[in-house]
Amino acid sequence: MSNRRDSLKGWGFAAPALLWTTAFFVVPFVVMAAMSLATLDGRTLIWGLHADNYLELAEKRYLWRAVLVSLEITATVTVLSVVLAYPLAWIIAFRVPARWQRLALLLAILPFWTSYVVRSYAWLLVLAREGVVNQTLMTLGIIAEPVTLANTRIATVTGFVHFFVMLLTLTIYANLVQLSPNYRRAAMDLGANAFQTFRHVILPLTLPGIATGAFLTFVLCIGDYITPQILGGNTELTVPQVIMVQLGRRADFPLASALAIVLMGLVTLAYLGAARWLRIDRL
Amino acid sequence: MTTATARLLGTTLLTLAAGAAAAQEELNALVWCDHTDPKLIEPFEEEHDVTVNLREYEGTGAALALLEQSRPGDWDVLVIDGIDVFRAVEAGILAPLPEDELPEADFFPEVVMKENNSADGVTYAVTEKFGYNTISYNAEAVDPADMQDLSTVWSEKYAGRLTIYDYYLPVMGLAALSAGIDTAAIGETDLDAIGTVMSEMRGAAASVGGVVASQTALATGEVDIVVGGGEWLTAVLAEEQPELTWTIPDQGAVRWSQSIGVLADSEKPDLALEFVKYIVSPEGQARLATSSCFWGMPANAKAGEHLTDAQKEVLRWDEQDAYLANSQLYPAPDTDLDIAMQDLWLETLQQ
Repeated sequence: MSNRRDSLKGWGFAAPALLWTTAFFVVPFVVMAAMSLATLDGRTLIWGLHADNYLELAEKRYLWRAVLVSLEITATVTVLSVVLAYPLAWIIAFRVPARWQRLALLLAILPFWTSYVVRSYAWLLVLAREGVVNQTLMTLGIIAEPVTLANTRIATVTGFVHFFVMLLTLTIYANLVQLSPNYRRAAMDLGANAFQTFRHVILPLTLPGIATGAFLTFVLCIGDYITPQILGGNTELTVPQVIMVQLGRRADFPLASALAIVLMGLVTLAYLGAARWLRIDRL
Repeated sequence: MTTATARLLGTTLLTLAAGAAAAQEELNALVWCDHTDPKLIEPFEEEHDVTVNLREYEGTGAALALLEQSRPGDWDVLVIDGIDVFRAVEAGILAPLPEDELPEADFFPEVVMKENNSADGVTYAVTEKFGYNTISYNAEAVDPADMQDLSTVWSEKYAGRLTIYDYYLPVMGLAALSAGIDTAAIGETDLDAIGTVMSEMRGAAASVGGVVASQTALATGEVDIVVGGGEWLTAVLAEEQPELTWTIPDQGAVRWSQSIGVLADSEKPDLALEFVKYIVSPEGQARLATSSCFWGMPANAKAGEHLTDAQKEVLRWDEQDAYLANSQLYPAPDTDLDIAMQDLWLETLQQ
């Protein structure tokens, strides 16, 4: 009787989350999956099990090229963000005095406080031919003529990395500060130098933080429309940009849904790849 | 609760209820950003004691999808691309307009466009604004004479110094004009020739950008030319950067137009019609033409009486006869051609 009551109580506590997930994830996902199998006849939506949209993905070069571009940008951003965020998190966790760590973290996440769109446009101006970067490089004599930085993949990656380094710094820092100093002391006692301690003790123990941050970066980056649209100058198109084109004039929801399903597939693969190290409870 | 407190509470509630009952009537319009300028909307609101709720959209497909998902009566007025009125008529969402109440006799004749705004002899929309997708440039950075020939604009000479406006129909229209194809005659067999021009254009372009991006690129000196630009891009910058200007090349330009109509399911059709009549009136037209979002020529020529000489100069009022004669309407493809054109556009962007 008591077990049954406990079970009911458990379901009662879980019910809001389950209802929320069902209403705002499961149902929309099912609708989107069904929509991806529908087709358009003129402006008339025909429901059914049509593979047309997925066949288009294989047939049209610009569609699968968009998938490749998205993957290339996302992989670059994820790796760069991890490489830059780890030392930053390390410095905050182990080099900054404890009383200043909170302020250091605050400074690290300051850019989060500004609008994402405004931040992207700001980068566009910074990277422009007359922008700060070009002017500085010219003043230092490194370049003679302004180089094209805005409206390129470099600009897109820069905008993304600026954002995601903050996110990764938080996840890695959270992991680092949980490590007992005894691990390092024990490694040193056993004769390991600083690099060996990092390579064989600290890094493996902080992999959950890296994996979690990297996975979040992958998910947010591959589905982002604003940054490549503003900073990339449409010199190449990512999947979200192609989705928006399908919706803008022709309202081709079936093809847009198929592209969105492909994006979800990529995210699922990324999750499966990182699942071994994804230990959110350790953060 | 004391009696006095209860009375006070009751009185307050009654006052609130009376206030709610007397709330202003509302009109809901699905519009382009130029209609959101308070200078345009407030005079109508004051005259009719109404609140006009405006929602901007981009892309006819997005607007039609939004209307399909709305409840009947949610929306009263629709502003739509002139070449897409037929799509709204086919979808049955526009109400007939009383032709005799529209001042189309005062319009520039070329932009009345009955063939676009009516079906089977019934008028469903009226042109409210037009302009050109042509060549905007920085007169201090390029040779203005070069801008008169489209093939020079995207030649090696200006490689890396131009951006392309991010909308495939006008840009492909310009490419068609460059290839000697009339925009109204574009068919699937013309896409190879248009694609060749597009590739040259794309090869010379530093970027492809929307309104804000291309305007920013030109204003900051990132590029010197915007292919597909026009008065709508440079007019708002005229005061601060007069060197940013535009021209219609010898091969011609593509003419854009926007129309306005009343939605068939509107529960306030009379008020909606009054709004349409206000927008196409000379006063409304002058305000719409010089909207803070983007400028464009008013369809109603009598708007000139309400524009200053400086505003007319920016709009190139006195040159409209020549411009209208040397411009062709946006390509207006059917569904299959539209898909083929969009595919070609995206293919070109991914090159």
